[in-house]
Amino acid sequence: MFDYTVRRLLIAVPTLVIISLVIFLVLSLAPNDPMAQVPMTVPPEVKEKMREALGLGQPLYVQFWKWLVQFFWIEPQVFIDHYFGTQFAEGKLRVISWQTRAPVMDTVVERLPQTLWVVAMSYVVAIAISIPIGIYSAYKQYSVFDQAGTFITMVGYSIPPFFTGPLVIVIFAVNLEWFPSTYDTLHKVVDWDSFVIQLRQMALPVMVLAIQGTAQISRYMRSAILDNLNQDYVRTARAKGLSESIVILVHVLRNSMIPVITVIALNLPLIFGGAIITEQVFKVNGIGQQLILAIYANDLPTIQTLTFIFAFLIVGMNLIADVLYAILDPRIRYE
Amino acid sequence: MNKIESSEEVLLYPGSSYWGDVWLQFKKHKGALIGAILFFSIVIAVMMGPFLWPFEANAIDIRSRNQGPSFLHPFGTDQLGRDTFARMIAGGRTSITVGLAAMFLALFLGTLVGIFAGYFKKLDGLLMRFTDLFLSLPLLPLLLLMMFLFREPLSVAYGPEKGMFILIVVSIGITSWMPTARIVRGDVLALKQREFVIAARSIGTSDQKIIVRHIFPNILSPILVSATLGIANAIITESALSFLGLGFPPDFPTWGRLLNDAVDYLQLHPERVMWPGLAISLTVLSINFLGDGLRDALDPRIRGR
Repeated sequence: MFDYTVRRLLIAVPTLVIISLVIFLVLSLAPNDPMAQVPMTVPPEVKEKMREALGLGQPLYVQFWKWLVQFFWIEPQVFIDHYFGTQFAEGKLRVISWQTRAPVMDTVVERLPQTLWVVAMSYVVAIAISIPIGIYSAYKQYSVFDQAGTFITMVGYSIPPFFTGPLVIVIFAVNLEWFPSTYDTLHKVVDWDSFVIQLRQMALPVMVLAIQGTAQISRYMRSAILDNLNQDYVRTARAKGLSESIVILVHVLRNSMIPVITVIALNLPLIFGGAIITEQVFKVNGIGQQLILAIYANDLPTIQTLTFIFAFLIVGMNLIADVLYAILDPRIRYE
Repeated sequence: MNKIESSEEVLLYPGSSYWGDVWLQFKKHKGALIGAILFFSIVIAVMMGPFLWPFEANAIDIRSRNQGPSFLHPFGTDQLGRDTFARMIAGGRTSITVGLAAMFLALFLGTLVGIFAGYFKKLDGLLMRFTDLFLSLPLLPLLLLMMFLFREPLSVAYGPEKGMFILIVVSIGITSWMPTARIVRGDVLALKQREFVIAARSIGTSDQKIIVRHIFPNILSPILVSATLGIANAIITESALSFLGLGFPPDFPTWGRLLNDAVDYLQLHPERVMWPGLAISLTVLSINFLGDGLRDALDPRIRGR
């Protein structure tokens, strides 16, 4: 088991380096000029100096190496300094945003909790809804509930978040006035009332993302249960005289969770992609919105760092999925 | 004896050709049939619409702006008095064309990579690592990036609309071929061990001929199924890019762009969000049902059940 995990980790590291190289190359091959916003009155030799100050005159491999060192070596030091009060990163150059002239990671750390809260909550809601639906529609295959469930999940799967977003705003914020249409990030939870306000402003973005997640997970849950229901061990369990609820909820469910857990882990990046759109719709200032702002502002270091963080999340989730799969299904490890 | 006769009778039912069987199974799936009809109606509507509908998508009539649905303008008009129905038709034309073109590109790349990886053992490891690498790229951020970075040069080179079309189709195509490649590779690996391929090789058929004559016809059905999913995926991605303001230029309607414009008027005219949103959702839903039915119909284990 340990060997397997280490092997997976060793594959993940080069993958991440290659991905960061791909992102870097896409950014540097792009034929646009970061100096385009500078006024025409600035003389060309000053412009040349500004370019050099941004590190643009250097060869590509030097730029890439600098970014790697800043992101993987200096930023963790800053992180350690912050928590333990040490002085490792004193005076070292960090990844600086061209837009805010502040370290990119500072903004990311400010914005990440909003994204994580919304994504995590929506995922918890999606899992809590979809697993019972999946079990019941598999157990009563071709019943009215199953047919309706299949149709509804298909609809939920087909409606993109940029339509459900405005749709729930129209229904719940404009017409019913139950929830606010935008997310107020300055709001602080101090007592019960402010907690309720926080819940209410999270309701709509979470709902939009949860619809997407529920549709996918319940489909997988249903087919996983169906695969297991005809197995011999289910017949044995029933023949032993176990009650139907124990057969389904203990024996079948445990075996069916193996593929579903992988799907849950692998779909998380998709939800992050959806979060970029959802943050835009509900004006949540998370890292998705930061990415869009950085793209509009031509802020290459921020774009590079944020895209890499998304890649990191995907590779990390793949790794967790693989390891979980191996823990749950011992046959996998010996491949 | 009696039994054998009856089983022969079973074989003689109408449509005992391969595609006849597929069609018989496909017809049984009501959702798939409705999805297919709906999708082809939408395609015909957006392709024929501009010739039949009296209003131009970009004709500004400022005196009749912000109208609700009426007999003259069934979907109403926008803030510049442009007919929403005409814009929906024009938008659908772009969205569906982008979807089809991107699907073809993704399918072509995916099939190519899948066949090479499955058929030639030397290439397998390399190509599959490559596929895994693409699968772990953050696709939406990367797509946004490509839109932003390459928009200007392509607009200069091919004109704003054509340049954007090429950019969107190519970037969606090169970021969505991976599932097809994986499925095709798996099928090719299995087919390579089958007797007819071994027989073909033993009489000296060249690799190229084996792939074109024997392998390719047998992997058509998974390709067909991923084609439907590919169209749905491409339409959603294009709409997402347009919705985030990084797609086609503002005066060039697509469904995602119309949705984005409508969100600005959400408080005043909430119904405007519905038309493009419903159009995208209905198209994708119908394609997904079509794909579902197709998958069942093309799977010989399910067929005839």
